[in-house]
Amino acid sequence: MRPIELLRFATGAIIAHPMRSALTSLGVVIGVAAVVMMTSIGLGAQQRVTSTIAGLGSNLIIVSPGASRAGGGGGGGGFVMGAAGSGQTLTDSDAETIAKQVEGVVAVAPVVRGQVQLIADGANWNTRIEGVTPDYLVARDLTLASGRMFDEREARQGKKAIVIGQTVATELWGDLDPIGRRVRVRGVPFEVIGVLASKGQSSFGQDQDDVVLGPLGAVRSRIVGRRARGTTVQTIYVKAADADSLDRVQEDTTNLLRDLHRIRPGDSDDFQTQNMASILQASQAAVATFTILLAAVAAVSLLVGGVGIMNIMLVAVTERTREIGLRMAVGAKRTDILIQFALESITLSLAGGLIGLTIGVLGAVAIAKLGSWPVAIPAWAGPVSLGFSSLVGLVFGAYPSWRAARLDPIEALRRE
Amino acid sequence: MIEITDLRKLYVMGEEEVAALAGVTLSIGRGENVAVIGPSGSGKSSLMNILGGLDRPSSGAYRFDGEDVGGFTDDELAAFRRQRIGFVFQSFQLLPRLTALQNVELPMIYAGLPPRDRRDRAAALLDRVGLGTRMGHKPTQLSGGQQQRVAIARSLANSPDLLLADEPTGALDTHTGQEVLALFRQLNSEGLTLVIVTHDLDVAAAARRRISFRDGLVVEDEREAAA
Repeated sequence: MRPIELLRFATGAIIAHPMRSALTSLGVVIGVAAVVMMTSIGLGAQQRVTSTIAGLGSNLIIVSPGASRAGGGGGGGGFVMGAAGSGQTLTDSDAETIAKQVEGVVAVAPVVRGQVQLIADGANWNTRIEGVTPDYLVARDLTLASGRMFDEREARQGKKAIVIGQTVATELWGDLDPIGRRVRVRGVPFEVIGVLASKGQSSFGQDQDDVVLGPLGAVRSRIVGRRARGTTVQTIYVKAADADSLDRVQEDTTNLLRDLHRIRPGDSDDFQTQNMASILQASQAAVATFTILLAAVAAVSLLVGGVGIMNIMLVAVTERTREIGLRMAVGAKRTDILIQFALESITLSLAGGLIGLTIGVLGAVAIAKLGSWPVAIPAWAGPVSLGFSSLVGLVFGAYPSWRAARLDPIEALRRE
Repeated sequence: MIEITDLRKLYVMGEEEVAALAGVTLSIGRGENVAVIGPSGSGKSSLMNILGGLDRPSSGAYRFDGEDVGGFTDDELAAFRRQRIGFVFQSFQLLPRLTALQNVELPMIYAGLPPRDRRDRAAALLDRVGLGTRMGHKPTQLSGGQQQRVAIARSLANSPDLLLADEPTGALDTHTGQEVLALFRQLNSEGLTLVIVTHDLDVAAAARRRISFRDGLVVEDEREAAA
């Protein structure tokens, strides 16, 4: 007996009932397609979250005012949205002292924020404004598409110069070069001296190019003055030299700020620090959990598909009892019958897996094209889904095949 | 060729044990043409199942060319059926999905013959039973007599030593039944050992030796005088 002949028997039986075979495989098709799509969506989300958080600046520590009580202060998402902290405990001098005294710091960037209406050449646009120091570009890994950033001296002298994001440039001047143009911010004229390179949308749906950067002092006193009194700032970004020193820099910064704010040992901080690496880890873990959950739900449908195959295989064994008896009479061994039916089940499941994989990949690509949802098809999707569907066929085909092989040929031949 | 000694086959029916074969001793030589007759329940089908290696005796010995078939394993029995026995059934037992040619090929597939060899042999066998022009037909496209001839061609596929036929004319009209019997006679005259189980006395009359069964025992064993 040649093994290829058993495979031919198996495929012959499948082809003999095309409609039934297709419906039998449907459960596996849906299961595999769902697993592939869900893991692709999950992996895509994970990559998007990673790049977004990395896009905020690498090796970054974010210092915000207010205690780090759960749910307290500026609320969740504060580290990204830049919502005002619950207090005004951070100042310019905190930032300067960190820059001077903490070792392994590349950049320290204090920031104030506000929402403003820009008016220029008859157009107007509502956007976020951030009052920053030149170090801000370093801290946040930002680059300029054209023009230049204001320097320390200009910032200190209160020069009214701003750097704008791509969205702002397009909304106010279209395709025209915005460098050197004047824009009125709360009635104060500023000159556009630079345009930021585009960063696109964040995974939270925020347009990262819809922003204006101005000198910290000028923005604070003229634009957000009512909220930011004196020399307080809303956030201090501290960029460490490398990932290895991140934890130490965070600890040194925390200790320094406690000293500066005269917080006694045992009392809680009046500020909080967040480390980009730990934020990234937490976000990735959350997305990974979410992905596993989705894939698990999808895998259940794959098991249901397996039960469907077992059901039809049991029907097939009953229906073909006489065929099995005849095959035994002309010399088939029990293992020949066993393998024939197992191959039939595996082929059904594997074909379903192949079709499901195709649909899953096409579906994932379609989601990426039509929706703005990020999709990444994992490299293991092919081998794993095909391997898994073969396994489903083997496991759920085992019992029906065993039943077929155990038949008594005399009884089987007598069956009507 | 066949030596059976005190063969018994017991079935448990509820709490009772029923003896389908209650101690049968007989021998059949190579080239014989034997009809096994008897009413239903007389044990003739049980005998055929054991002779063909589809079933094992409860006790007693069954030797085929000196081999102890009664002691074979499942796989040895499968090989025995494949190589030495040809079966012809009352209801033909052709696989409806397959063509006449493919049905005849089936035993040779299990015997491991290469595709070309078995196709050639299946075609030659179909030619021989007069169906050379119907090889591509499915069983449903053939008459009863034609289907039984396909089944006979299939039974000859692996050149068996013994052809076992269970009521081979039972599903056929008298005329086609006669044609099938003529084919059997011809095969027997070429040296094939033939055992036909029947309750049709006309069929039995065509055999050279008639063994009558009743209640699991041989009650009569008559040979036609050599003609």
